[in-house]
Amino acid sequence: MTSEPQPTSPASSARPLVSLKNVNKHFGDLHVLRNINLDVARGEVVVVIGPSGSGKSTLCRAINRLETIDDGEITIDGKVLPAEGKALAKLRADVGMVFQSFNLFAHKSILENVTLGPIKVKGMKGGAAKDLAMSLLKRVGVDNQAQKLPAQLSGGQQQRVAIARALAMQPKVMLFDEPTSALDPEMINEVLDAMVALAKEGMTMIVVTHEMGFARRAADRVIFMADGQIMEQATPEEFFTNPRSDRAKDFLGKILSH
Amino acid sequence: MENYLSLFQTYDVPAAFWVNIQLSFWAAIFALVIGTVLALFRISPIPSLQLFGAAYVNIFRNTPLTIILAFGFLGLFSVMQISLASDLTVSLFRIAIVGLALYHAAFVCEAIRSGVNTVPLGQAEAARAIGLSFLPAARLIILPQAFRGAIAPLGNVLIALIKNSTVAAAGSVATESSGLMKTMIEFRSDLVVPIFLTFALGFVILVIPIGLLTTWASRRLAVAR
Repeated sequence: MTSEPQPTSPASSARPLVSLKNVNKHFGDLHVLRNINLDVARGEVVVVIGPSGSGKSTLCRAINRLETIDDGEITIDGKVLPAEGKALAKLRADVGMVFQSFNLFAHKSILENVTLGPIKVKGMKGGAAKDLAMSLLKRVGVDNQAQKLPAQLSGGQQQRVAIARALAMQPKVMLFDEPTSALDPEMINEVLDAMVALAKEGMTMIVVTHEMGFARRAADRVIFMADGQIMEQATPEEFFTNPRSDRAKDFLGKILSH
Repeated sequence: MENYLSLFQTYDVPAAFWVNIQLSFWAAIFALVIGTVLALFRISPIPSLQLFGAAYVNIFRNTPLTIILAFGFLGLFSVMQISLASDLTVSLFRIAIVGLALYHAAFVCEAIRSGVNTVPLGQAEAARAIGLSFLPAARLIILPQAFRGAIAPLGNVLIALIKNSTVAAAGSVATESSGLMKTMIEFRSDLVVPIFLTFALGFVILVIPIGLLTTWASRRLAVAR
């Protein structure tokens, strides 16, 4: 959260924060990631869109190794993603993750959900962790629910807590895996607003989503995936007004026609 | 009736049940500890530990308890001269606890594993995503929820353990209830049926509260999702 907002320059100027090189993955016979190459610069907000089954969630999950890859290389801030053990856990602490199904720790209070990482992973003192958690919960507007259990909150509130939980680790990059897909329509905006605010503060974000409005408002770059490949990448303006590939035209035609 | 009541003056039935309660209490504690460790092995990412856990469970779950306890007495104690106390009775009592604990640990492990299956995969993924490695994730996130989902099956293991403590007679713990029952039947063959019923009722009284308690606790402590 300390990084300054940066201009949306291409990743060529400095070392990319997240870098994928020739990444491949199979689920059995299915080739879900085909030779993916992607660099994400510090402070950049990248939105990944595409039809279901295109591999976009797998891509997102591969970046903190919730999915293993068959070959290729993923580096975070210059460090190659370790295979196992403590080194992997340490690196994951630098990569915040927000899931489609929130995945708040069901037996812990909202406050404990947010303080657990700082205390157990970073060794922060209880008081300091609580202050940090409360300020983050306040930022996403759920500080008045701190003593409740996750199941007592609405989906939108739970997802905002999940964002606060990830931010509490002070990650270098935040991954969002379809963060609004499990939400009732009236709750989508409260989560998107929190994400837009985060983007404006300069957080590096990789967001898999179907929310085109979010892509327009907050993305520096849109990546369109289909059949496990990156078919196209462009600024949101360019992508939505002038998609080049037929797959992208077809996809946009289907979702924007209403 | 007077005949029947005179049994209780000759034989100390509550004391025999007390032996079973003590056997069960200690065996339950050790079985819970060993079973939890085994369950950790089985869900761990390390193949050799998984294999050990699976082998243990399959060996002990599929061996009759009578054989395990008889081996404790005849094999460990008599042949290998392994003694767990200077006093003979105490030593046999402790060996029986070890046998009961090792046997029931296999069932505890499987009960906990069924509890782990009630915890959605997303909980483990979220724990890993904030940087917890396997052991802290298991201790802080997975096992607390798994135990709460495993209370009913763990209760069943405890019930089986209490009743199985009578098999300690096979390990020459002569003071426990089924041993006493055998003695009583030998000397009071006129009262065989009442003696049987007495011991049956004793175990029913011992076990019913546990069933009620675990049902109540598994509702009370269920993790809301």
